[in-house]
Amino acid sequence: MAPLLRTEDVHKRYGKEEVLRGVSMCLEPGETKVIIGPSGTGKSTLLRCINRLTEPDRGRIWLEEQEVTARKASINRLRADIGFVFQDFNLFTHLTSLENVRLGPLRVRRLGRPQANRTALEALAQVGLSDKTKSYPAELSGGQQQRVAIARALAMHPKLILFDEPTSALDPELIGEVLEVMVRLAKSGMTMLVVSHEMGFARSVADEIIFMEHGVIVEQGPPSRMFKAPTQARTGEFLRKISELYGEAD
Amino acid sequence: MPLVFEWLWLPRLTRGLWVTLQLTGACMGIGALLGLLLALARVYTRGPVYWIASLYVQFFRGTPLLVQLMIIHFGLPSAGIVLPAFVSGLLAMALNTAAYQAEYFRGAIQSVKAGQMLAARSLGLSAWQAICRIILPQALRLVIPPWSNELVYMLKYSTIVYMVGVADLLGEARNIAARNFRFLELYIVAALFYLALVLLLTVAQRVIERQLRIPGLGVPRERP
Ligand SMILES: Nc1ncnc2c1ncn2[C@@H]1O[C@H](COP(=O)(O)OP(=O)(O)OP(=O)(O)O)[C@@H](O)[C@H]1O
Ligand SMILES: [Mg+2]
Repeated sequence: MAPLLRTEDVHKRYGKEEVLRGVSMCLEPGETKVIIGPSGTGKSTLLRCINRLTEPDRGRIWLEEQEVTARKASINRLRADIGFVFQDFNLFTHLTSLENVRLGPLRVRRLGRPQANRTALEALAQVGLSDKTKSYPAELSGGQQQRVAIARALAMHPKLILFDEPTSALDPELIGEVLEVMVRLAKSGMTMLVVSHEMGFARSVADEIIFMEHGVIVEQGPPSRMFKAPTQARTGEFLRKISELYGEAD
Repeated sequence: MPLVFEWLWLPRLTRGLWVTLQLTGACMGIGALLGLLLALARVYTRGPVYWIASLYVQFFRGTPLLVQLMIIHFGLPSAGIVLPAFVSGLLAMALNTAAYQAEYFRGAIQSVKAGQMLAARSLGLSAWQAICRIILPQALRLVIPPWSNELVYMLKYSTIVYMVGVADLLGEARNIAARNFRFLELYIVAALFYLALVLLLTVAQRVIERQLRIPGLGVPRERP
């Protein structure tokens, strides 16, 4: 089967700084991969290149057989198929939860209003927020906001969802509810590429962990192997460091 | 007999008031449309469109409204363009307020967090859809207070049109007084009319702001 997502030699520089120096990876349908790596390594930049919120300088990216980086790619249609969940949620401030989640189905998918509503309510139910449809973002906790953001991505019925450190802006006691939703999603067969240092999450649902440093993938492999026997010394070092910071992976 | 017992001046003053309201309303409406376009050009475009918009704003904010009015009403005729006094007044006011409003709109648009645009585009909305559905609904709420100030300001500044002979509220007061010599009373009555209008607008602003209020959007009201 063709991979759902494939990146080939993606490069990006900001001024003099080469942030991505040739990243190639792929993601099969239904897979979840977790990207880890030190700050400033280009993890966010890679995710943004995948839906071209940032234009890569070089390299190619495919979503199934469509080339995202093609000059003539209809980027809005491709983005509709790629969910994006941000670190700081970025819910639309002036819209209620329901309106946030319904906007994509209504204005991008162009479903009729009744069907867009139904889709949005389903997505909100999936993240356990059926009782918060009328709340504005400012009236929700961080954990709830991030779950609405996940619902907003889900309501587009995307082929893939990108998560950029979805829990790192949250108070510790709110992280669990978001991870729980993500675990359920991963187990239900959603294809996910997640930048996160929550190793408990990685261990329970990731098919692979990708370790990035200085704009390249240093090593990737299933969590069991990455934790026990990384081939690169740097990987082991980094994994030890984040288990100190974020707690043991279990 | 004191002025208040002579009601003869009231219809004329009301006619002047109507002219003032027309001038202010129309210039604010045109100014809002033009100002919004200028602001969008200054925030979202580069190259010639950006530069033209910036030059426009710079010119109209950098020169006195009265000078602009003089150019339009007394200068343009030498270029073969003769405009009725009311049109000259309206044009000067609209072109002028557009430049100020452009700056208020720009400030409001730029104070919407960058993440809002990213989130909108990542859903697959076009840039235009994102501006119309996400950025502007927030920016327009944020712009209410400075925009209302501008409205009050233009209402008062509309008095300059009497320099080109438009019989607005102040103009009518002056015309009446020129005949009955009750300058003090008539100018005070005119002032009270302006004051009443300003108070009315202030109340209207409060009501509108409250109606459109959304939790988490805009500056929280200052508490003493
Ligand atoms: N828009 C931008 N303009 C200039 N430099 C940028 C921009 N975005 C990112 N960078 C730089 O690119 C580098 C990589 O950034 P990126 O956000 O991709 O790293 P990251 O791995 O996600 O780090 P973190 O773990 O801190 O989120 C950083 O040095 C950052 O300063
Ligand atoms: Mg990042």
